[in-house]
Amino acid sequence: MLVSIYRYNPETDLKPVMVDIEVDVPADRDLMVLDVLNLAKEKDTTIAYRRSCREGVCGSDGMNINGTNGLACITPLSSVVNPGKKLVLRPLPGLPVVRDLVVDMSIFYKQFEKVKPFLINEEPAPGIERLQSPEDRAKLDGLYECILCACCTTSCPSFWWNPDKFIGPAGLLQAYRFLADSRDTAASERLAGLEDPFSVFRCRGIMNCVAVCPKGLNPTRAIGHIRSMLIEQSV
Amino acid sequence: MVTSVTNFSRSGLSDWIAQRVSAVVLLAYSLFIFISLLTGPELSYAAWSELFSHTAVRLFSLLAIFALCVHAWIGMWTIATDYLTASHLGASATAIRFGFLIGCALLVVIYLLWGIQIFWGS
Repeated sequence: MLVSIYRYNPETDLKPVMVDIEVDVPADRDLMVLDVLNLAKEKDTTIAYRRSCREGVCGSDGMNINGTNGLACITPLSSVVNPGKKLVLRPLPGLPVVRDLVVDMSIFYKQFEKVKPFLINEEPAPGIERLQSPEDRAKLDGLYECILCACCTTSCPSFWWNPDKFIGPAGLLQAYRFLADSRDTAASERLAGLEDPFSVFRCRGIMNCVAVCPKGLNPTRAIGHIRSMLIEQSV
Repeated sequence: MVTSVTNFSRSGLSDWIAQRVSAVVLLAYSLFIFISLLTGPELSYAAWSELFSHTAVRLFSLLAIFALCVHAWIGMWTIATDYLTASHLGASATAIRFGFLIGCALLVVIYLLWGIQIFWGS
């Protein structure tokens, strides 16, 4: 099958180009997109991309696959390409390209950092551990599973237009993960940092993030919860 | 965090609530006008000015004009800060955005004053 891959080396190339590579894929079984990319790399060893765990846990191989962001390692070829059609691989949109499918994620991590993604609790630590009821623990389901692959944030137009000001779905999901944690005592400080017109409120609720999340998480719902908490705090 | 920006209330939360409340007011007013046109007498100058002679209707209209101005300003500010930025327009973006927003602000103020004059002028 034909695989079209985005090739760009900012140090030597004036413009990015799409390069087609013919890859022999076995007809009797379905491959993951990452397998096809590995086969393409056997033909042209200069193709650059990130990958590590190859099972959707590390979040390294987020890329744009036939127009939709996803993890190459857990995206079956059959789910993105009709038989006889081309597989088109591009880097995640909205971030600077380092080389081919490798993007510079600095600004994504910077936004993640802004939400203070760690437990804040000024009370003295108890002897064993900070206990949590099963009900309180259940509130973190659908939040803690995020692997920071950036598929959601780089599919969000609000992030494309204001990557330095809008925190983006991944960061906001983590912001709510700590707002919802019964052991965290910094909710009001966290909310105060989110109240400006950009950090949360650039979200227009178009739900691209929900559509692409490889872990099936729902950042739009988390953003809605943050908005509700902001309202509750102000009245 | 970003706070020193020329949005409506300097708070994302207040802007967001203002935009939603104003949207509800505009919907209610649109429905009111629509239903009045459907159920009222045949449209004539007399019928139209009779409808707007009630103080309640004139207050509602004034409220709708306020809502429209708030809604339009927040919306245009959001559009301008999404699309009239350095990543789209380069170094002149700030000047272009300010020009655009001053134009929007002028239109909003003119519309507001003109509306007040129509409903409450002699």
